[in-house]
Amino acid sequence: MTTQTTAPQTPGARKTDAPSGLLPLPEKAARALALGGSVLTAASTFLAWTWTADFPGDLTFYGYPGGLQVLVLVGALLATVFALASYGVRGLGWLVPAGGDAALKFATLATFATSWYTVLAISVDLGGLVNLEPGGFLVAVASLAAFAGALALPFQRPEPDPIDPDDTGWEKFKHGAGHQWETLKAVFTAGSPRPVPALSSYAEILLIVAMLALGLVVFTYGIGTEYDELFIGFLITAGFGFAALNKAGLIAHASQIASRHQNITICGAFVAAALFPFTQTNDQYATIGVYILIFATVALGLNIVVGLAGLLDLGYVAFLGVGAYAAALVSGSPSSPFDVHFPFWAAVLVGAAASLVFGVLIGAPTLRLRGDYLAIVTLGFGEIFRITANNLDGTSGPDLTNGSNGVSSIPNLDVLGFDFGAQHDLGGFTIGRFANYFFLMLIITAVVVLVFRRSGNSRIGRAWVAIREDETAALAMGINGFRVKLIAFAVGASLAGLAGTVQAHVTYTVTPEQYLFAGPIPPNSAFLLAAVVLGGMGTISGPLIGAALLFLIPNKLQFLGNYQLFAFGLALILLMRFRPEGLIPNRRRQLEFHEEAEAPTLLTKAGA
Amino acid sequence: MTTDTTTKGATPGAAAPGETVLDARGVTMRFGGLTAVRGVDLTVGAGEIVGLIGPNGAGKTTFFNCLTGLYVPTEGEVRYKGAVLPPKSFKVTAAGIARTFQNIRLFANMTVLENVLVGRHTRTKEGFWSAVLRGPGFHKAENASKERAMELLAFVGLDHKADHLARNLPYGEQRKLEIARALASEPGLLLLDEPTAGMNPQETRATEELVFAIRDMGIAVLVIEHDMRFIFNLCDRVAVLVQGEKLIEGDSATVQGDERVVAAYLGEPFENAPGAEEVAEVEAAEAHAEATAEAAGARAETTNDAAPGKENDR
Repeated sequence: MTTQTTAPQTPGARKTDAPSGLLPLPEKAARALALGGSVLTAASTFLAWTWTADFPGDLTFYGYPGGLQVLVLVGALLATVFALASYGVRGLGWLVPAGGDAALKFATLATFATSWYTVLAISVDLGGLVNLEPGGFLVAVASLAAFAGALALPFQRPEPDPIDPDDTGWEKFKHGAGHQWETLKAVFTAGSPRPVPALSSYAEILLIVAMLALGLVVFTYGIGTEYDELFIGFLITAGFGFAALNKAGLIAHASQIASRHQNITICGAFVAAALFPFTQTNDQYATIGVYILIFATVALGLNIVVGLAGLLDLGYVAFLGVGAYAAALVSGSPSSPFDVHFPFWAAVLVGAAASLVFGVLIGAPTLRLRGDYLAIVTLGFGEIFRITANNLDGTSGPDLTNGSNGVSSIPNLDVLGFDFGAQHDLGGFTIGRFANYFFLMLIITAVVVLVFRRSGNSRIGRAWVAIREDETAALAMGINGFRVKLIAFAVGASLAGLAGTVQAHVTYTVTPEQYLFAGPIPPNSAFLLAAVVLGGMGTISGPLIGAALLFLIPNKLQFLGNYQLFAFGLALILLMRFRPEGLIPNRRRQLEFHEEAEAPTLLTKAGA
Repeated sequence: MTTDTTTKGATPGAAAPGETVLDARGVTMRFGGLTAVRGVDLTVGAGEIVGLIGPNGAGKTTFFNCLTGLYVPTEGEVRYKGAVLPPKSFKVTAAGIARTFQNIRLFANMTVLENVLVGRHTRTKEGFWSAVLRGPGFHKAENASKERAMELLAFVGLDHKADHLARNLPYGEQRKLEIARALASEPGLLLLDEPTAGMNPQETRATEELVFAIRDMGIAVLVIEHDMRFIFNLCDRVAVLVQGEKLIEGDSATVQGDERVVAAYLGEPFENAPGAEEVAEVEAAEAHAEATAEAAGARAETTNDAAPGKENDR
């Protein structure tokens, strides 16, 4: 074995001297094809794609795009811009700080996927390709051409590992497949972005405003999608489009600029969120907005417990329930045994205090456990809460929660004469019931964000992270582990209780079945934890985005029916395989999970 | 490098010279039927560096854990500046004993500065509400903590890496950071558990300097170490622990000269072991051979090179 002198064989005899594309086309032709295809795709969205209005969104018009065509148009314009930038057109260089090729590939992929999805959806829905107008064929060909052109752009091929001649066939196959996969990844690899040029802070703030406006537009569009096809198309375009922006290095630039003005960004994000109800003409989508906010706020509270202190809490939704029940019982509801009607501020205090007490009661005995044991015990307590609430109905126990019927007919809030149940006219905009609660919930979210940010970056926050990192060492550094963990648990609990007080009023009724461990409707403990993990542990924006996605996707994709949880599980597995640090990774976590990556040793900002 | 930090750093945990900082009496630790440490007495005076050596499994780290509250001794008691140690490790740190770990236990995903700030935990008081409300007191305390932490980082020579993740530091610097983190809790006694394990000679020497500098700050030091040269250079007194019992305690010369210590490390002389005469015989033969070699002239240098190396084989 040791005397083997033959040169190692390499799979594929091709010598990789000059970078070439995945498809055999000269570079100039490929680039021209990508640009031409994108322009043609953009143009074809102004044609009719089908002859009948049966397909939702009515794609029968010449002259302006509708429905899915708009998404294709957006993708095609993005691809066109990146194609021009990759030509080195003056004035577009700032768009591609990390090189334009990878971004162009993702942008054309977004266009290609969306347009082919549309064309296929038309054919399947209406029964056959005959339902396509010439515009439909044109967009299919043009987007395919653009994508093919982008794929033919040269890239740096990875050097294949040498083959061990003793390998069995299966090992050779694995080796070959691994190399193929590496090559495929290399196709979409971008360089590292240039550093952000020094801008005046005025310009940077303007950029932040522009980014937030873009975010609001995308989010509002996603919430407002009226039919399944459009939402799926939106997911495709948004997903690949985001990847394109990321590969172009724009996301990295944006987050750098945002981290220079963190306070402005956070305030701006709240202003943008507050503008959301004004973009709606009726209360239909404000409902989704307020539910997302409740879910996201609770997820952010859980992020203190899980993300900062590292305490895996699988029964967290119980604290939301305690807050909701407490608020419901003092709301003057006819089914509450207490004949009291507290003003809102008092109800909020009661809800938060009840959750706090509950959190300390559960935490005190359980927080002496570590890791998995804590998770199991909290899971148990979460179920105990639900079953207890079910049994306090006057027959199995004292009459407190009205059993499985729950506390119903919770009256609307009335704060300082402002009736949350009624419509209000505000500067020409009609603000309905759910929009009112949306604003209220936004304030609660702001409180939670404030608590998270400030406590995370302080003595107590460092103690939480230290406990998460190494409990023994933290104890040896003089941290009272139990006390610090109990504080994290109690803070998390009372923040969830805070959200619960609003939730009780939004949903009119509080029943035990709203606070399950796992179920198809968020918020429940499993989805809350999933939102935190999906979005990114230890960050602020992560759980907010994770919660928004986890609420929107089941809500919009009703046709999945019973397969919703299956799809959810599948998505989580894929995410954990390919991006274990979450969508918005904390810098620490990213380094933790990708050790092989060339990690920047400098931690300038600990997550957004 | 230490003169200015000495005056500042000396104040908080430092004890008057001559005072006994640590007084362990009859410390016994049993795990079920196993007695890991049996009746060990040890005192550490102010401004002293005391070494604790012993073969692997002698119970050194167990004894350390008894001193830091990780274990509560089955029998005996440990007093720090006259007061019996509380049974929880965080209370021990608050009382004034800080430690490092044999296998480095930094908070790997926190920055270097944050690691040291965690060490400041017991000496700061800002709680949750203070953090959320951010009154003027909060910023003042936070800035003071950061300033002190940066001083300590400068003291161990890591101030230029304050924003790096602890996990990305090279091994020797992680050791230094662990010491800085322990110093941040303003201890009167610092326990170092094998501070030079895995270090090269240069790094070991630097650590030696560092420990002397810490002593000059008025902090007593208790060191566990396997590197005998390091220990005997450094320590005012050395205690030897063998199979859970203290074999001998004294200055470097006493311990080095003690036969039992050699026996504990190298084993008892076996039966039919060469007696004194045989040893003398062998030495004579060696001396003779050396003389021959020197006479040969050409190979004299190589022999000389080998000789000091032999001395080092302990």
